Amino acid sequence: MTQAQLAQGHAPLLAVRDVSVVFGGIIALNGVSFDMHQGQILGLIGPNGAGKTTLFNCLSRLYQPSSGDILMEGVSILTRPPHKIAEIGIGRTFQNVALFPNLSVLDNVRVGTHARTSSDIISDSLKLAWIRRTEASVNKKVHEILDYLDLEDVAHSIVSGLPFGTQKRVELARALAADPKILLLDEPAGGLNHEEVYVLGDLVRKIRDERRITVLLVEHHMGMVMSTADHVVALNFGRKLAEGTPSQVQADPDVIKAYLGSKDQ
Amino acid sequence: MSAAEEVVTEAPAVEAVPKRAMTLGYGTSLVVLAALILTPLFVKNFVIFQMTMLLIYGLAVLALNILTGGSGQFSLGQSAFYAIGAYTTAILMEHFNVNYALTLPVAGVICFGAGFLFGQPALRLSGIYLALATFALALAMPQLLKLGFLEHWTGGVQGLVVTKPDAPFGLPLSQDMWLYYFTLAVSIGIYIASVNLLRSRSGRALMSIRDNEIAASAMGVNVALYKTLAFGVSAGITGIAGGLGAIAVQFVAPDGYTITLAISLFVGMVVGGVGWLPGSIVGSAFIIFVPNIAEGISKGLSGAVFGVLLFLVIYLVPHGARQVALVAQQLTAKLKRN
Ligand SMILES: Nc1ncnc2c1ncn2[C@@H]1O[C@H](COP(=O)(O)OP(=O)(O)O)[C@@H](O)[C@H]1O
Ligand SMILES: [Mg+2]
Repeated sequence: MTQAQLAQGHAPLLAVRDVSVVFGGIIALNGVSFDMHQGQILGLIGPNGAGKTTLFNCLSRLYQPSSGDILMEGVSILTRPPHKIAEIGIGRTFQNVALFPNLSVLDNVRVGTHARTSSDIISDSLKLAWIRRTEASVNKKVHEILDYLDLEDVAHSIVSGLPFGTQKRVELARALAADPKILLLDEPAGGLNHEEVYVLGDLVRKIRDERRITVLLVEHHMGMVMSTADHVVALNFGRKLAEGTPSQVQADPDVIKAYLGSKDQ
Repeated sequence: MSAAEEVVTEAPAVEAVPKRAMTLGYGTSLVVLAALILTPLFVKNFVIFQMTMLLIYGLAVLALNILTGGSGQFSLGQSAFYAIGAYTTAILMEHFNVNYALTLPVAGVICFGAGFLFGQPALRLSGIYLALATFALALAMPQLLKLGFLEHWTGGVQGLVVTKPDAPFGLPLSQDMWLYYFTLAVSIGIYIASVNLLRSRSGRALMSIRDNEIAASAMGVNVALYKTLAFGVSAGITGIAGGLGAIAVQFVAPDGYTITLAISLFVGMVVGGVGWLPGSIVGSAFIIFVPNIAEGISKGLSGAVFGVLLFLVIYLVPHGARQVALVAQQLTAKLKRN
């Protein structure tokens, strides 16, 4: 490897720098810092209320950190409005599935391509030739993703009627449709049974390997994080408790204490 | 050969359901279109006039449907945009001698602008608060039209008389008949454009906002922009309907555009089925003809009778004409199978 390639590999894709978030009296995040590198699956763990979702919402620009910075490829994202996050390559799923319930699976995933396409209401109303071409390429991409995630059978179904596990895959499909560089998955295993959880873990690794997408995986299912992530950050009460390889973090006495001290695991 | 035929007839069955969610199938569309084209040839001028109004209110209901069914925003202020469109047409025709057909795009553009601007403050409001703000707009409009310093243009309380156009190129059509076909052509154009819009990237953006704003914005949808665009488009179409209405009625006056009109359009949307564009014409028929029926049943209590009829419809088919169409579709499918 050349020096330049090495340097490239070491510059973080996403850098969270000393981020704090305060809600009224509650300090939801307290000076959290970590880096994410291209191709990594970073597991973010911590008991309920540790601040994981809050961090995600900072990355999606739904919450404004009271201090600190978040850099994507070296550039701060904190001046961007929420709808300009998808276009820089940050995609996400939500802890409690946030699909468009009255739309079909196809249309949900088509909305995922919004940030990667353009149109205006006049051309759309007149269905001009260039709009038809864009739609054709959108459809091609969407069907490729539905096929990849085994969703073709339900492509035309309205999502609100689908089982929870399927809805989670639709959300993943929608996120992939935006060609993200980083995929933020907020508790993707929630509500899944034991076997489904490990299938999902494999899928996340497959997505990273085949689509070269860096993944930030929030999970409180320890087993899944430990078998899926390459690198783990543990949060508790808004502070970073530990960081390292899955086995290092698992053996960390503070982490063990935090997890024993909370009922849920 | 027979295998190929099977594939052809089988294929749409899978595709059809969701694609038709907002529109009609080709067959049904053609039947409706044929009825709209042929009926005027067999009826009296007054009925033709009523059919023209059916199309005009149908457009206004469709416009509200794009706003509410498409983007999830409520409006009780559509009468205001209808009035702006009507006055634009009337003023251009009577003060500036502009051809009636050319006044319509102007009315559309002006109302698009008005709707887009109104959509800006409306962004901060949602649900019932937005309904209230639009209600205020509807209340204010008739009084604004009576303002003294506008009287030279608007005709004040008296309003303006509009000249009904003759059929062009010496076509042997009565004025009513010509205006009907003209309105039909405009309506078909707007209907097709609306269907295209709702099925496009922009339409999906609107519906994603309706369903989940936060997720929509995470997908890159500029929520504020699309919400105001929805207001603009809705107001623009309503304005064109208003312009056509002014030509058909041959008269504009402030008291023709009160909150009652806005509420009627709202009723029309609900009866037709929120979010189902073809239902717009059914809703329009309801608000035009059911009051007459109610009056036929009891002159003194026509309002109460209308209320009871409306209540019955909402109670029996809460999703309006859309629900009736779905049931009919399922029944015919069953009959075909047997
Ligand atoms: N919008 C909010 N307003 C007030 N408090 C919040 C808000 N979001 C999160 N919190 C608080 O911040 C803390 C961290 O929550 P969260 O990030 O959801 O935790 P996790 O996802 O790790 O379970 C909790 O104490 C929670 O109550
Ligand atoms: Mg959470």
